[in-house]
Amino acid sequence: MRVLGISGSLRRDSYNSGLLRAAAELLPSGVELEVFDGLKAIPPYDADDDVDVAPAPVRELREAIADADAVLIATPEYNASVPGVLKNALDWASRPHATNPLRGKPAAVVGTSTGMFGAVWAQADARKVLSTIGARVVDRELPVPEAAERFDADGTLRDPEVEAQLSELLVELADAVEAREAALARAAA
Amino acid sequence: MTTATAIPAGTYTTDGVHSSAGFAVKHMLSTFRGSFGTVNAQVIVEEDGRARLEGTVPVSSVIVKDENLQAHLQSPEFFDGEQYPEIRFHGLDLTVDGPTATLTGDLTIKGHTERVTAEGTVAGPVEDPFGNTKLGLQFETVVDRTKFGLNWNAPLPKGGFMLANDVTISVDLELAQA
Repeated sequence: MRVLGISGSLRRDSYNSGLLRAAAELLPSGVELEVFDGLKAIPPYDADDDVDVAPAPVRELREAIADADAVLIATPEYNASVPGVLKNALDWASRPHATNPLRGKPAAVVGTSTGMFGAVWAQADARKVLSTIGARVVDRELPVPEAAERFDADGTLRDPEVEAQLSELLVELADAVEAREAALARAAA
Repeated sequence: MTTATAIPAGTYTTDGVHSSAGFAVKHMLSTFRGSFGTVNAQVIVEEDGRARLEGTVPVSSVIVKDENLQAHLQSPEFFDGEQYPEIRFHGLDLTVDGPTATLTGDLTIKGHTERVTAEGTVAGPVEDPFGNTKLGLQFETVVDRTKFGLNWNAPLPKGGFMLANDVTISVDLELAQA
């Protein structure tokens, strides 16, 4: 089972990228996580560019999502919502709406911030956007506040409680993938 | 059940081309309507006159005027066609009284089952030009979509919500005796 991780922060030492690295260490057995690192190359969404052959960075994103069994987004919070680059990437991924690669795909959202609320509003917005796109969104949040206190100088998560919550969320995401595979197998039978 | 005008005993199966199922729900100021392209139903009438209707509708056959909305209706936010590919009606009773018919049964949508009663009409049976015995049934009922886990909504900027919870379901069936 393959999970595609997308960090909504482009910053080199991003805590949210650190959260994805922590997730990679906590995956249920048989699950692997690949982090998508092409977010910065995705151009601003322009319907004039949204043609049969999309820009290469967009094709890479769409193919990475299509190849994955699930998506895990780690988002910071900018002005009470998701960063523009993340929303822009999801907008590209959502096209064409009826057949986009996120449709039916299990997805979960986590997030961390240096403030007191752990990107909780950004996570809620990301879940709403993913649901609208047609993803099967895990109904669970993981706000990790005061990131500077929970990650060490190397950007490694050092908080057993958060690790336990992250593990539970990843199990739920893997369960959603299995439930989807079972449903698709029933339909094909 | 009571049958002032009994349907002759037997099994009657839908003629797909001449049967339909639709839904209507208040959307802001207007009534939004959609339908299902495939309706499978059987009316089973026992020798003692007891009758019931069994039916299924594939979620994948939903039809609305916009392909994006059509896809959205398949998503987990709405019918979740992958996990719950069928809408099912398990009939408990079909009572006919002259031209009127009352249908009772368990309706299952998105894994949620609710007992529903629908009022309607019955026509026939009549012979068609090809020697088949045909029966017509029409029903309508109102259900609260949130009881079936269909909870999507959007708040309006100045209060209230975009979509009503009460949904009118209407079914028109033409059935042929097996």
